[in-house]
Formats: sequence, structure tokens, C-alpha cells
Amino acid sequence: MDKPLNNRAWFLVLPVLALVAFSAVLPLMTVVNYSVQDTFGGNQFFWAGLEWFEEVIHSDRIRAALGRQILFSAIILAIEIPLGIFVALNMPKKGVWASFCLVLMALPLLIPWNVVGTIWQVFGRVDIGLLGYALSSLGIDYNYVNDPIDAWVTVIVMDVWHWTSLVALLCYAGLQSIPDAYYQAARIDQASRWKVFRYIELPKMQGVLLIAVLLRFMDSFMIYTEPFVVTGGGPGNATTFLSIDLVKMAVGQFDLGPAAAFSLIYFLVILLISFVFYTVMTKEQETP
Amino acid sequence: MTLELRGISKSVGGRVHVHSTDLTLRPGSMNVLLGPTLAGKTTLMRLMAGLDRPTGGRVFWNGQDVTDQRVQDRRVAMVYQQFINYPSMSVYDNIASPLRLMRVARDEIDRRVRETAEMMRLTPMLQRRPLELSGGQQQRCALARALVKGAGLVLLDEPLANLDYKLREELRAEIPRIFEESGAIFVYATTEPEEALLLGGHTAALWEGRVTQFGPTPQVYRAPRDAITARVFSDPPMNFKEVALKSGRAGIHSAEWDAGDLRDGRYLAGFRAAHLSLHETPGSVPLATVLDTTEITGAETFLHLRHGQDRWVGLVEGVHKLDHGQNLTVWLDPAHIYLFTPEGALARAAPYAAAA
Amino acid sequence: MTRITLENLAHSYLPNPSRDEDWALKPMTLTWQDGGAYALLGSSGCGKSTLLNIISGLLVPSQGRILFGDSDVTGLPTAERNIAQVFQFPVVYDTMSVRDNLAFPLRNRGLAEAEVGARVAEVAEMIGMSDVLDRRAKGLTADAKQKISLGRGMVRQDVNAILFDEPLTVIDPHMKWELRTQLKDLHRRFGHTMIYVTHDQTEALTFADQVVVMYDGRVVQAGTPEALFNAPEHTFVGYFIGSPGMNLIEARVEGATAHVEGASVALAHGYAPLSGKTQLGIRPEFLRLGTGGAGLPFALRRIEDVGHHRIVRGHVGGAEVNVIVPEGQPIPEAADRVIPDPAHAHVYADDWRVDPATQERAA
Repeated sequence: MDKPLNNRAWFLVLPVLALVAFSAVLPLMTVVNYSVQDTFGGNQFFWAGLEWFEEVIHSDRIRAALGRQILFSAIILAIEIPLGIFVALNMPKKGVWASFCLVLMALPLLIPWNVVGTIWQVFGRVDIGLLGYALSSLGIDYNYVNDPIDAWVTVIVMDVWHWTSLVALLCYAGLQSIPDAYYQAARIDQASRWKVFRYIELPKMQGVLLIAVLLRFMDSFMIYTEPFVVTGGGPGNATTFLSIDLVKMAVGQFDLGPAAAFSLIYFLVILLISFVFYTVMTKEQETP
Repeated sequence: MTLELRGISKSVGGRVHVHSTDLTLRPGSMNVLLGPTLAGKTTLMRLMAGLDRPTGGRVFWNGQDVTDQRVQDRRVAMVYQQFINYPSMSVYDNIASPLRLMRVARDEIDRRVRETAEMMRLTPMLQRRPLELSGGQQQRCALARALVKGAGLVLLDEPLANLDYKLREELRAEIPRIFEESGAIFVYATTEPEEALLLGGHTAALWEGRVTQFGPTPQVYRAPRDAITARVFSDPPMNFKEVALKSGRAGIHSAEWDAGDLRDGRYLAGFRAAHLSLHETPGSVPLATVLDTTEITGAETFLHLRHGQDRWVGLVEGVHKLDHGQNLTVWLDPAHIYLFTPEGALARAAPYAAAA
Repeated sequence: MTRITLENLAHSYLPNPSRDEDWALKPMTLTWQDGGAYALLGSSGCGKSTLLNIISGLLVPSQGRILFGDSDVTGLPTAERNIAQVFQFPVVYDTMSVRDNLAFPLRNRGLAEAEVGARVAEVAEMIGMSDVLDRRAKGLTADAKQKISLGRGMVRQDVNAILFDEPLTVIDPHMKWELRTQLKDLHRRFGHTMIYVTHDQTEALTFADQVVVMYDGRVVQAGTPEALFNAPEHTFVGYFIGSPGMNLIEARVEGATAHVEGASVALAHGYAPLSGKTQLGIRPEFLRLGTGGAGLPFALRRIEDVGHHRIVRGHVGGAEVNVIVPEGQPIPEAADRVIPDPAHAHVYADDWRVDPATQERAA
């Protein structure tokens, strides 16, 4: 059955569109404005054309940050998506334990981001943090302040701790919507656990997985608060991701023009990669 | 109140759901929309209700154009295949809810709720919640909610489809009584010919977005205007056979009968399953077939027959245990044969229909 | 393919059932022959789904045994029972082609690919889907999907029984005819034991050689469609089978005469004195309308034209009574009597039929 089409419904969306226009489009246009001009303070602006864009694209510093960012998001997706699916598959389907698990899973999602950073910053300290102290007592040389690898591991583990629940909860909702008859049919067909996952659960979770991948990609690609609180982008530039770099450039150095150009490129990269994910993941569904 | 559709049509994204349709529903009439899934029954109902705007044409109530009026202002009620009630409210509050929205006085609400509940045989369940009721009672509750506000137009979209066979049968027998008591225009969509016959009133046969015929139900059943209407209005499906007509006589192999004053040529003969017989009756002609399968219902037997390339179904009284694959002669009274032109238009109604 | 025996089987969803109503399934013993077509018929909540789940191995019964042939499978999981099942809503593997769907159970059992191919081709032929083997299962219509689920069951040669759980629920009326005929045809040609669960009497009666009617967790009658129609052992069977169901009129039975509302009608047999609630049961097909004279007083309310017959609705005393009049037969305008056919009039005491030969209740 086709959904009824009601053109008047668009009027109801208008206020939201107006709100989005004020909150998103106008600031974006300001950024566009900055990105093609140069200013030396005061209220003096000079036309700079695409100069800032060229500078940003050729900047080694930004390229390095972009590389780190892509690596970070890739690792995050590679860990959180499978782990989230795994957790969802092993959560109880009903009863008291199901509710208990849901509450437990939701907890990390309720903590403000800078608090998450602070928790891990303390947690990982070798002198007073439970994790850091325990590791060094075990003879493991762990120090996220000095060692870039340790810093990365800390930031990644923190993100996994913070966000895997989201993926798990989304997948859990997808799994719950599969009728029992499918599992029963699979049992009758003597399908292995893997085949049940591959041919029943995964296809039925496709929709929510798409949302999970997009959300986690966009979020991890724009990560700022937590690494800023824990490592401040260090040691050196080891955990200086794009957002942190952008803030350094805009607020620290007050290079408004390059920062604006940087923002726009950043925005386009996210849009492009999200689009690629979306196309690849929905292509399956379209061919009947 | 009279509901009139003038040249109503509906297309969505270039696909036509309902072709230009004229239909007049008289005050206090029962109207059945009969057709298979996706024939356009629901679309037509939504247009009548005002839930969708027609692509072309106008809708009139008592001669007044209501095409642009909102559904809330139209005094319509709709009941769906799914049992839609407020799960957290009692049956009483469910039935009262449309009246409360209309700001009817409290004792007036009470009077009307009790009256409607009595009509729907829900009085003993008024304090229960919908989910504690059986499927049939839940649908009665939804019906009561539709009827209580005194809507002039009650639209029922396959309301019994999700019920058990027996419950369906019982509610189906009750709906004509409820309809008579309510005095509203009822429009009832169904895929089942038997349901249309049981409800009586008028029937519009639908096929691929077109009303192929609209008239008193027994008339549409016995005098279908074309082969498509006959097909839609037959369960088991109507049997067809191409025949040649020569000097007023039609024939299937050796069986011949008088076809009145039709012009010579090729025709499509159609007859219903129940009109085939295993025994010769006065005037009937023999047809040689091969028996594929039989199905016994207890009182009757369905015969699945092959006649050359054509597949036929016969419905005969009594229990008959016949060997599958055997050659079987069945008998057909020519008075029960419809003749259609090769294009499908009715050329000659079955003579018995004129007598009935 | 095998014989299925239910031995003193009963089930309760409660841990410690004590009262009669605690049992979803009351003790029953039944044997289903190898290669038979059986139907479990009843309204929702009658226990037919519970019984189906016990047969398929989803539920372990609280008491009794279930045997496939001579082996006890009561505690065996579904996968080891070699059964196939077609569900109410089509279950197909969306991402696979029709071919892979059909091959799935065989590949899971490690069959050689050549053999898989041969079996799949054979089954596709049987269910008439040879020409769509390479299509994705996802875009197919509901009836095609149901055929695939059926094919997935039939593709295995070791299958003991095929279970159907209201398989025609989502199918259009016209397609129902075709699918039912095909099913019947497949049963005849390949002789699988088939068990069909439904609330729809037409589906049950037309499909099965033997229909098991369930009511309130109990098997009230198991018999051929003919027996269920002609001699319902319980008033529920009388009501549930037939459309409309059997007319039940409270009566006082004395010997071979039934007294109703001051009138009396002759019965074909004599009855010993009966206790409890006594009812006369006559199907609408076996009542004739009359004007004055013999018969039971009848108040006509409404005539419904159903095409090949008409249903005349009315009352005899407080009981609703329906009469079926064949197409073409006139209905007397002033009809005020119904006259039963004594050969088809049954007597029920406390809802169970009294057998005139033994004078015993069926229960």
C-alpha cells in the first residue's frame, strides 16, 4: 500500500525548516563569507578568493590531522559496530534481565562528554587512577601522557566504552522486530548459528545498522571534547584530530580565513563519506 | 444524506489508483466495494472520507461540494482491518472518546454510549480494557466508536478480515442489523463475493482501479455487465469456455443449445461452479472433462476439472468420492450460461437470471 | 515419512497445574497415519497452536509422549525431528535467490552440490517455480513465498511430516483456490504426512482426510469431513462446522418424539429418558419451510441471498434458527413452520450427542 500523500503536511514542517535555516544555514554562510576573505582585525576585509582553500589543502599539518582522523574513525567503526552487534545478540530477549541490561547499556550515553573525558583522564593516571595504577603494578609500561600509542589506546577505549551501547541498543531494537517464525524455520532447516546471523539477523538489521554506522562515523569524525580533556591533543600532535586542530587554528591562532576554509572542507568530507556509506549500504535493498 | 462522486480519480506519482469514477450513494444505503487486493477499494474509501484529495473530480454531500473540506468537518467514521482502540482506556471511555472530542454534555454522552454498547452487545464489557476482549469484541468496540457520533457516512475497510472464520460469520450476520439501526450510509470493502451477497444492499465491483458495475447486489451477481465483473463476483472463480455461435445455436463439442437471437460469431461462455451437476437434469447438456482433484466440505464437493486447456471448478451437493484422473461427464443447464463477446462485454445474460 | 502418535499428551503453561482450566491442552491420545492429510481445526485459544508447537518440538509437553514411528521424540529438539513447517506469514531468506532458498536445508545438511542441484530442480518443478529460480526471493508475492517455504520442506527426502500453520492467511481469495488445489495435488503425488492448523472450516475440510476439531484444549471430535458434518459428536462441532452452523433448539425428548414450544416432531429413533440440558440439533440444510400444519413454530426475520442458495433467518422460541433454501426453490411467503428431516435430527444431552443405538453420550 502506498502511503497517503498530503501536500498540506509540508506546512507543518515549515517552522522546523525556518529554525534550521537560522541555526545552521546562516552561520554556515558566515563561514563561507570568512573563507574567501582576509582580515587583519578591525572590520577590514579583503577578497582572498580560493587562496585559503589552497593553503588548507596543501597544509601538511592539516593533512596529518586528516590522516589521524580517518584512522581513528576507521578503528572506532571496526570495533564498535561488530562489538555492538555482538552485545545485542547476547542480550536477553525478555524478562527482568532484559530491562536491567537496557538500563545498564544506556548509562554511559547519559554522561556528559566532558565528564567522560575527565573520568578517563583520572582513571588512566599512573599515580592515582585505578586503570593506570593497576597496569603499572602489573609491570606494563603505560603512560598516556608521554606515549603516543598509549594515548591512542586510551582515547579509543574511552570512545568504545562511551558509544558501543548506542550501536548495541539500535541493533537490539532491530533484532527484537524479527518474528519468532524465522528462527523456527532456521532450526527446521538446520541452519548453523552463523547462517542464522548471516541470512536472518543481518538482513533484518540492515536498516538500523545503516543508522548506527552513519551516527558513529559522523560523531567519531567530529570528536573533540573527550580527547581534548584527556590528552589535549598530545603527546605532541599524536591525538590532535581535525576538530582540535581547527579550534587551535581558529581560536588559538585566530587565523579566521584558513579556519573557515578548513571548516568547509571538513564539512564536505563528512558529507561525502556519509553519502558513500549510505549508497553502499542501501544498494543491496534496492535491487529486488 | 446523499454522497455523490463526480468524475473522481486519483493518481500517485504517475500511477493511476482510481480511474475517473461516478458513483451516487443514496441516504441510508448499504454499499459494498468488492474487488481483489489493490483494486482500489481503500483509495476510493479514503477519497469518500476526505482523507485524500482526488486528482480530478468533486465530492458532493447532499448536493454540496465538500471536496475541499477537512475530514474532521465531514461527519465520517472509518473502521479498519486492524482493531484500532485506545489500549489504556476502558471500553466505555473508548466509545465515549469521539463524543468528548465533540464536547457533548456528560449525561448525553452516557446515554449514547450505553445505547451504542447495547446495539453492539458490549454492555457487559464496558469497564474492561480492549486487550482483555476477544478479537470480535475488539472490533465491535471499534465499530461502536465509529457509530456513536452519529456519522452520516460509515466506512468499513475489510473490518472482518482479521477475525476467525466463525466470528466473522457471526459479525457478518449482525452488520445488516446494526446498519439498519444506525440509518447512516455504510460503505463496506471486501475481497469476498460471499460477504457482499450476505450484506445485500448495493455492490460496486472494482477491478484495477475501475468500478466495472454498480447496482443492487443480487443484480450485479446474476446480471454482470461484463466478464470481469462476473469473475470478481464469483468464488469459486467463474468457469469460461470459448464457443462458436452458428444460426442461433451455441456449442461446446457435441453439446449444443439455443442461444437466442445473437449474431453468429465467437463468444465466451461463462457459468458458475454451483451450476455444474453430476446428473442429467431436464434440458441440460453433457460436458466431457477430466477430474483433477475433489475437495469435500462435508455437505458439498468441489470438483477441479480440466476441459481441454480450460480449468473449471464444480460445486455439487453431497459427498462424492471419485477417482482422480478419470474422465467425468458433468451436466450444465444452458439456462445458467452467460455469453460474453470476445472483448468481455455481456452479450446475453443467463436466462435463469432474468427469471429470478 | 512416518506415523505420528500422541500418547496421553497434555500441556500446561503453569508450573503446578491443579484445576481443569490450568491445562492449555487436556490429555489426548491420537494416531496419525503415515501419508495422511490431517487438519487441526478450532477457534483462537483452543490449544491447536500449543499442540502444533509440541509436534514441531518448540514445546516439551507437561505430560505424555509423542512418537514418530516407534521412536520417542518428546524431548528431541526441532532440528532433529525432520519436520518441515509453513508459517502464517511467509518466511523466506530475503537476501537469497529462490534457488538458494530451496537449497538451504540441503546445504546445511552437507549434501553434495550436484545432488542439491538435482533435488532443487525437482522441487521447483513440483511447486511450479522453475522459471523464477534465479530471482531474489524478496520481491515475490505472498503466495509465491508460501510456495518457497513449502518447497524448502519438501526438498528434504527424509522429512517426517509437513506442518502448516494457517498458511493461507495473507493470500487473496482467488489465489487461495489455486494454492489449495496445488497442495492437495502435491499430497496425492508425493504422499507426505501433512498436518494443517486453521480456524477456517473450508480450508480444513477441503484439505484433510481427517479433521481434528479442538475446543477449550480438548479434542471434541476427530473424523472425516463427512462425519463431522453429518453426525457432530458435540454441539461445538455442530456450530463450528457448516455455514451457518447447526441449529440447536432446547427440547424435551420422549421416546421417538421431541417436544419444542408446545409443538412436537418425530425423530428417527427412540431415546431412553435423558437428564440435563437436552437439545435438538438440525443443520440448516435439513430443515424445510412450511406454512401451518406440522413442524416447529418459526418466526421468519430475514432472507439472505448467497447466490447458489438463500439463508432464511428466524427464531423457534428463544433459539435462533437458520434454514438453507437452494437457488431456484421458492420460499413460501407466509412461512411459519420449520420441518426437520428426521434422519438428520440429532439429540444432545449436556452438549454431547446421544447415540440412538447405544443410548450413550459420545463423551
